[in-house]
Amino acid sequence: MVKKVLMKGNEIIAQAAIEAGCKLFFGYPITPSTEIIEYLAKHLPKAGGTVLQAEDEIGAISMCYGAAATGARVMTASSSPGISLKQEGLSYCAAAELPVVVVNVNRTGPGLGGLGPMQSDYFQSTKGGGHGDYRLLVLAPSKAQELYDLTMEAFDLADKYRNPVLLLTDGFLGQMMEPVELKPKPASPEFDRSWIVNGAKGRKKRIIASYALSNEVGEAINLHWEAKYKELKEKEQRWEEFYAGDADYLIVSYGTTARIAKSVVLNARRKGIKLGLIRPITLWPFPEKAFLPYKEKIKGAVTVELNTGQMIEDVKLALECKVPVHLYRRLGGMLPTEDEILAFVEKTFCPGLEEV
Amino acid sequence: MEKVFGRSKGLSGTPFSFCPGCTHGIIMRLIAEVLEELDIIEETIGVSPVGCSGFCQDFFTCDFVSGAHGRAQAIGNGIKRALPDKIVFTYQGDGDIAGIGTQHAIHTAARGEKITSIMVNNALYGMTGGQMAPTTLKGMKTTTTPYGREVEVYGYPIDLPKIIAALDGAVYVASVSVDTPKNVLQTKKAIKKAFRVQQAGLGFALVSVLSTCPTNWGLSPQESLKWLRENMMPFYAMGELKATEEVKNL
Amino acid sequence: MMDKIILAGFGGQGVMFIGKVLAVAGMVADLEVCWIPSYGPEMRGGTANCSVILSDREIYSPVIDKADYGIVLNQPSYDKFLPRIKSGGTLVVNTSLVNLDTVRDDVNIIGLRATDLAYELGNANVANMVCLGALLPYLQLTDYAKVEKALEQVVGSNKKELLELNIAAVKKGMKRAVDN
Ligand SMILES: Cc1ncc(C[n+]2csc(CCOP(=O)(O)OP(=O)(O)O)c2C)c(N)n1
Ligand code: SF4
Repeated sequence: MVKKVLMKGNEIIAQAAIEAGCKLFFGYPITPSTEIIEYLAKHLPKAGGTVLQAEDEIGAISMCYGAAATGARVMTASSSPGISLKQEGLSYCAAAELPVVVVNVNRTGPGLGGLGPMQSDYFQSTKGGGHGDYRLLVLAPSKAQELYDLTMEAFDLADKYRNPVLLLTDGFLGQMMEPVELKPKPASPEFDRSWIVNGAKGRKKRIIASYALSNEVGEAINLHWEAKYKELKEKEQRWEEFYAGDADYLIVSYGTTARIAKSVVLNARRKGIKLGLIRPITLWPFPEKAFLPYKEKIKGAVTVELNTGQMIEDVKLALECKVPVHLYRRLGGMLPTEDEILAFVEKTFCPGLEEV
Repeated sequence: MEKVFGRSKGLSGTPFSFCPGCTHGIIMRLIAEVLEELDIIEETIGVSPVGCSGFCQDFFTCDFVSGAHGRAQAIGNGIKRALPDKIVFTYQGDGDIAGIGTQHAIHTAARGEKITSIMVNNALYGMTGGQMAPTTLKGMKTTTTPYGREVEVYGYPIDLPKIIAALDGAVYVASVSVDTPKNVLQTKKAIKKAFRVQQAGLGFALVSVLSTCPTNWGLSPQESLKWLRENMMPFYAMGELKATEEVKNL
Repeated sequence: MMDKIILAGFGGQGVMFIGKVLAVAGMVADLEVCWIPSYGPEMRGGTANCSVILSDREIYSPVIDKADYGIVLNQPSYDKFLPRIKSGGTLVVNTSLVNLDTVRDDVNIIGLRATDLAYELGNANVANMVCLGALLPYLQLTDYAKVEKALEQVVGSNKKELLELNIAAVKKGMKRAVDN
């Protein structure tokens, strides 16, 4: 076993990127994601890579677009307002099918917001964000080791599907220090490189582009993307279950709040309430499959989110509205306590129990 | 009849799709010839913008990357940082480089990015039907300045090469025109120098080429050339605006 | 077993440093550890705080609502965090800078003039370590030996003088706590 080290979430992401063979990083500072560019500026050059602070986030994602077109492993990171500026580039990366890894350390919004954690960018992350009918593969880690492992894997997934991958964390996970095992990256499979541009030496020229000026061509490309997104939905849904098997009620939560929810589940079980948790690890594709065994069985569900109800829409769809789904949320950078979540669960599903 | 020149190996043979009298085609031909003469076609990756110039990836034989409106230089920077030994150039309209992409123009130059940018200045937005560009001259009519560009409302035109020349990372900046055979030759020389600057790794090089847009100017090809000479050339600083000692010694 | 600890003071009083030392002490003992700084505007001026969880099993919620233990180095931190200590918990208070007008009967309050004690050692900056020393006898999952090892790692064993100063401060705090 590799010795564990204590690191900040943001630094873990940066170190994982180096380990995954990321050779270029383009970014623009914004709290609470800045440790990523700072850490990489210090360490990536020693690993033979390049870090460049761009003129802005639009510049950074456009540089990623260019670098990814050469087949290089490339990453950018930012927080909510900066991610908004990257939406143009993300749409173009999705269209040109460029494997770029993007990190969003979600802070509060809308507008400039504040530096605390929120999950307010769920819609933006999972439903497009930029223009056009595209999807990002969205990964939502919830602890140090997962930050490391999923960041490394994000590069492989991006290469495999030739699609941008978004790692969605938040200000809390980014600043938190936990022990992490800096495992060497498992070998990647060989990826198709027959599309990259690196000078048309001894081969026909290649063009990386995202335009389709005829409607017929446009439809054909959109069908191709649709097929890819279907494959992703089929193969890449991921989630964790925690005491879900015999549960009467389920909490659905990801990232930071899923951690709090786990404690809530244990506290509830101590009180005799059969509560379980489903923690989506991929937010897109949303793990609909996780809900199949439970949608006829459970009596209700609660999503715990740091927004006014975004993921709840996907949970309702996954449960086909067969059981009531409620929302417990905190906003603006505040985190829920275990007690308040449990109180909500009790009030919602077991009225009368509180008085006992 | 004697064949004076054949098609450059830098051109794919896809016929230019520009309007009659548009000088975009001449400029692209010159770039292709330079790539061939420097023997760098197979080493070169072009970046195309959005605009009439945006179709250039079809006309060249080198690899091409096409991205969003205004982002060509940022994309080019990404390519060059990934492949420092290759030659990277951007081909951009004035709206692309001096309007929506200004931040990349300034910072690409300031950082001395080792790429070559060709700016094609026709004083308006060609592709979208002749709207005002940052380069539109005082009093000039466009579809969004139907009464002429009034500076009280729309401000003054930008002479981007002058701004770029002021930045330390830019080592070669030239403003040229393709209105006469002599100027065409001069333009080719400037473009060639801009690529040689990159080959020598000296810094950022920009060549701005004044170009016609008969369609949106509402003039015949001949009248367009005359209009360019009489209106654009007096306003824009012309010639070699900057060449560092190292560049002069190339 | 789980120790949930809150640490607070002025920015510059070395609050984050206490957290770091405790977290590394947890690492030394192969415990599960979680260290959460306050950050952003809070870091400039005003109060800085961080929290550390040490646990011998997986840490689920990293958020401390009510802490088992706390160290507060100044008045605003005392006022803010006294209510955040669990009933039956322990709070170490730097009484050089805090007056104990309000107290809680259900919290074990250890007051010591940490800044003055640190002065006696020649450096007011180690008041944080004096307080850590005072808290050590109460923690379940860490002890002096682990903290000493952690200090070697965090300060660096090459900075001998600084290391010794920190160790002396921890010992001074421990002694004071035991004498109480
Ligand atoms: C974000 C965005 N805004 C607007 C457009 C529409 N658009 C396409 S080309 C263009 C102007 C191009 O003008 P210029 O760069 O001068 O090139 P020209 O067509 O004259 O060669 C505009 C505004 C776009 N494609 N993307
Ligand atoms: S619209 Fe103007 S710039 Fe575009 S091809 Fe026609 S003449 Fe050239």
